[in-house]
Amino acid sequence: MIELNDVTKRYPGGHEAVSHLSLGIGKGELVFLTGRSGAGKSTLLKLIAAIERPTSGSAVVFGQNVGRLRRAALPYFRRNIGLIFQDHKLLYDRSVFDNAVLPLHIQGVTGQDAAKRVRAALDKVGLLKKERARPITLSGGEQQRLCIARAIVSRPQLVLADEPTANLDDAYAGEIMDMFRAFNQVGVTLLISTHDQELIRRYGGRALTLAEGKLA
Amino acid sequence: MKAWLEHHAHSLRVALGRFRDAPLAALFTVLVMGVAITLPAGLYVLMHNLQQAAGGLTPQAEVSVFFKLDATEQTARRLAAELQAQDEVAGARFVSREAALERMRGTGLGEIAASLEENPLPHAVVVTSREADPGALSALAERMRRHPEVDRVSLDSDWARRLAALLRLAGDAVWALAALLGLALAAIAGNTIRLQIYAQREEIEVARLIGATDRFIRRPFLYFGALQGLFGGLAAWLLIGLLQRLMQGSVAELAAAYGSRFQLAGLGLQEGALLLGVSALLGLAGAWFAVIHTQRALNIP
Ligand SMILES: Nc1ncnc2c1ncn2[C@@H]1O[C@H](COP(=O)(O)OP(=O)(O)O)[C@@H](O)[C@H]1O
Ligand SMILES: [Mg+2]
Repeated sequence: MIELNDVTKRYPGGHEAVSHLSLGIGKGELVFLTGRSGAGKSTLLKLIAAIERPTSGSAVVFGQNVGRLRRAALPYFRRNIGLIFQDHKLLYDRSVFDNAVLPLHIQGVTGQDAAKRVRAALDKVGLLKKERARPITLSGGEQQRLCIARAIVSRPQLVLADEPTANLDDAYAGEIMDMFRAFNQVGVTLLISTHDQELIRRYGGRALTLAEGKLA
Repeated sequence: MKAWLEHHAHSLRVALGRFRDAPLAALFTVLVMGVAITLPAGLYVLMHNLQQAAGGLTPQAEVSVFFKLDATEQTARRLAAELQAQDEVAGARFVSREAALERMRGTGLGEIAASLEENPLPHAVVVTSREADPGALSALAERMRRHPEVDRVSLDSDWARRLAALLRLAGDAVWALAALLGLALAAIAGNTIRLQIYAQREEIEVARLIGATDRFIRRPFLYFGALQGLFGGLAAWLLIGLLQRLMQGSVAELAAAYGSRFQLAGLGLQEGALLLGVSALLGLAGAWFAVIHTQRALNIP
């Protein structure tokens, strides 16, 4: 599902965030991406979601070379990916429900169809009772769960989560990991970045460790 | 097709929601746009009225021959009869000094007439031509000018021709003004939208990153621009109606003084609809430029 071949990402200024990296992730896998801060985890996820383009090498996702995608094709490509951002990227001027429904509106699903799917997603992350609340009134863990609801509401094949358990205490982190487990069991491919080694030890599974843009 | 309609209905709802979210800013912009539209549209209405009023004037060329004050009525009548016999002349009407003074009294200038010790008006003959062509009488007018008893000859079509030329000039000026203010309008509309886009930068970025097309992001802004233009046009229509009502009374008085039943006309339904359409289009054009330019400037992947 994801094939990286000798991928390098050099940011303007010359810093190589990802350096000659190759890896493959198959359909239905749950993979952890670890490494300390600055190792290139976020950059790698952005390359896969076509938010950044490789400076050299090729990144092939769903059989498409993301470095070569035209701007007009990007939205349709991204609709197959559920993105969970390190900085949440929630919209604080609208309700929990309106945040979660955004991907559906973007794909032209509106009205009762959309409402049903949003409530199902909010139910999965335990936020059904808070659909009218503003995100700012939610706790850190709840905001993170709202991000997850928004990422899965359109039933993507692939979920990319950038440090979803950072800033959460262990109990919340555990809940969120259990949710990812559940998605994985229904066939969703997941790539989760974290610098929490303890978490990986606890949940097991395949883990890739990044150091200075290279696989260690 | 259904999905497409839903997309548009959704964009329209979002655009209307933005009016609701910032009603004061929207109202202000709409008012500014309304005034900008009212200027050329109001001038157009005024021009139209003037043309209407000028159109009521006789298209026939007229020559007024004014005699010297010491010329006798007999001389004048004789000349009138002579002129009447000419081929190009439809009618030659003798107007005596007394009749002219009487007419002056009737036109609201009575007080001036009453204050005069002596009648300053001469005998006159008003000649109308058979043809509308004002040139038809110019030879005749020239001949009259050389007549020893005649003081002054005026070709009355002169001022009508001048008025027509003036109206044409003013008409061109209205169009030039309309074009300029149209540009200003698009710029005002575009600027509001540009600010809106920057204010919603975060939302645009999130939407883009989770799979929104540029078109999806643009559409509510375009709707907003068109609606803003439409409301601006509506404001202008109302303003013109208001001005018309305010001026109606004095225009009617003026018309009555000239013995006319002339009434000030406002914008017709068709013209009004056209005004709304053009305003909406200008609002849309402004939004389009703002959106394309700002989207490029934001440079969201
Ligand atoms: N947009 C950017 N421009 C320039 N340098 C960047 C940018 N994003 C990240 N970097 C640099 O690339 C390196 C890797 O960053 P990142 O991928 O965010 O690592 P991680 O997510 O593992 O902390 C860091 O040194 C960071 O400073
Ligand atoms: Mg990071």
